[in-house]
Amino acid sequence: MKSPDKKTLLEMFATMNKIREFETKLQEFFAAGKIPGFVHLYLGEEAVATGACAALDTTDSITSTHRGHGHCLAKGGDLRRMMAEIYGRRTGYCKGKGGSMHIADFDLGILGANGIVGAGGPLACGSAFAQKYKKTDRVTVCFFGDGASNQGTTQESLNLASAWKLPLVFVNENNGYGISCPQCKSMAVTDIADRAAAYDMPGVVVDGNDVLAVYEAVTEAVKRARRGEGPSLVECKTYRWRGHFEGDACTYRCVEELNDWLAKDPIPRFATKLVEAGIASQDELEAISVGIKADVEAAVAYAEASPYPDAAELLDDVYA
Amino acid sequence: MANKTYLQALNEAMRQEMERDENVFILGEDVGQFGGCFGVTKGLFDRFGEARVIDTPITESVIVGTAAGAAASGLRPIAELMFVDFIGVALDQLFNQAAKMRFMFGGKAKVPMTLRMPQGAGVGAAAQHSQSLEAWFMHIPGLKVAIPATPHDAKGLLISAIRDDNPVVFLEHKMLYGLEGEVPDEPYTVPFGQADIKRVGTDVTVVATSLMVQSALAAAERLAAEGVSVEVVDPRTVLPLDMDTIIESVKKTHCLVVAHEAVGFAGPGAEIVAQVAEKALDYLDAPVKRVAAPFSPIPFTPPLEKAWIPSADDIVAAVKSIR
Repeated sequence: MKSPDKKTLLEMFATMNKIREFETKLQEFFAAGKIPGFVHLYLGEEAVATGACAALDTTDSITSTHRGHGHCLAKGGDLRRMMAEIYGRRTGYCKGKGGSMHIADFDLGILGANGIVGAGGPLACGSAFAQKYKKTDRVTVCFFGDGASNQGTTQESLNLASAWKLPLVFVNENNGYGISCPQCKSMAVTDIADRAAAYDMPGVVVDGNDVLAVYEAVTEAVKRARRGEGPSLVECKTYRWRGHFEGDACTYRCVEELNDWLAKDPIPRFATKLVEAGIASQDELEAISVGIKADVEAAVAYAEASPYPDAAELLDDVYA
Repeated sequence: MANKTYLQALNEAMRQEMERDENVFILGEDVGQFGGCFGVTKGLFDRFGEARVIDTPITESVIVGTAAGAAASGLRPIAELMFVDFIGVALDQLFNQAAKMRFMFGGKAKVPMTLRMPQGAGVGAAAQHSQSLEAWFMHIPGLKVAIPATPHDAKGLLISAIRDDNPVVFLEHKMLYGLEGEVPDEPYTVPFGQADIKRVGTDVTVVATSLMVQSALAAAERLAAEGVSVEVVDPRTVLPLDMDTIIESVKKTHCLVVAHEAVGFAGPGAEIVAQVAEKALDYLDAPVKRVAAPFSPIPFTPPLEKAWIPSADDIVAAVKSIR
């Protein structure tokens, strides 16, 4: 396939940096006690959301997971409204009622991060079904983790999507752990993509730390979906740098393993590729990441200056 | 206006709404050519085709979740589960997804789906195919729960459910499918949250739902012969619950019996009685009574199943005990 143009490549680089900076700040502020609830960081997995969402149009949709900040940002989510939501402020995407695990922006096709592992599959089927029913050519991407791949809902959704030839792409982010349980203890297969065969759909494995590999595989799957040929499963092998949640001591995995993956950091890898291909100079890339740092700072300031919702808003939006 | 069965009323409601709005479609197990487990969707496949009356695999989570996802994407699904008991398989998609989406996404999402599920004992279907579970759904903010007792209400409530912008749990009683009554031919709505006084009386208020409305009416007839005037109030939707009408009735009769087929302990009647105690205790001249199922799974063998289901006799006895 044709490689993406310069503009797309630089946008992808910017998105990865945006997620990295956003999550780094969250890590810092959560530790400082500024953020309520749970925070599940996406550090180290930036290439997956970025590559997959770059293959989509604004009018396409995604369903996300409890580790959803990266997906929402990659799909175009606004930094300030995301940050404000995680801070529990009224100016956030969900008026402070959703928090980190429930960010959505239907205008951008973000059908919601989700607090329940494996819950996104059926909803993604509904979204994809609606597009098929309305005869649009829009596609839905269902992000799900290795843990979610063992849920019945995920398997049921793979089955339905294939039986009904839904315009759906299942993007599996295999980060090696379902909370604390390593993949080798929770499933007998090495490649989750192998499960696609059971549903007669293409299943491919890609290096989830290579944003271009993810982009290419998801682009192929999206094309197939738009042609009406049904769903695909793209497994992206990656790694969760942090614990399952912030505060998780991570006693279940060894430092060597983490260090191996830190060495495969998707962002410098991509930067090197861009420089080697003459797309941008190191200085230009540096300027992009500096600009993003400023944007994230501004988002933090916006969130911290925003008011909390009023108790009188408690019963709003329970019903339409 | 013609006489129709409860089942025909439901079928007509779906047909008319599908004719009116092409965003309305049906999905569920065997709802297509087969016409649904109890025949409620019969004929709709022939009329609207397989694009709009869609058989699914036997996967309740995906049925409910696909309905929720499609509803959030602009369609108006009517999903059918064969028996309400099967909702256990799909509870997450109903309780955590469909019901909460609007609130937790800050008011942006709209989930206009209807989930039709038959409930109730009486056909010898035993413990996993006979329950009445409205109390479960009443406990979840974000849902609405309709529970029609007559063919007229069945049609009007189902049309309201389909047009509602929220997820509606629509509970049909298996033993009512054959009940006949007058049903207008044209489409009409029965508003949610508006109880119906099915029989006017002065001595005792009996709040009854679903099949128990019929039992309460039979009990009222017998009690009338003994000089006791019973008012039968049917909430028609238990979420929203029209407590105003119930309290007005209690203020008039000063006595309250609540009758439902769901298990009594922590059942829907507990909420009704608690609210009457909070808001109208001074009007009560006698203790309140609940007529409900015993705290056991539903037995298979016919004599035990019959003993399990609350009856008109039980309602008569409850009324007499406080009169």
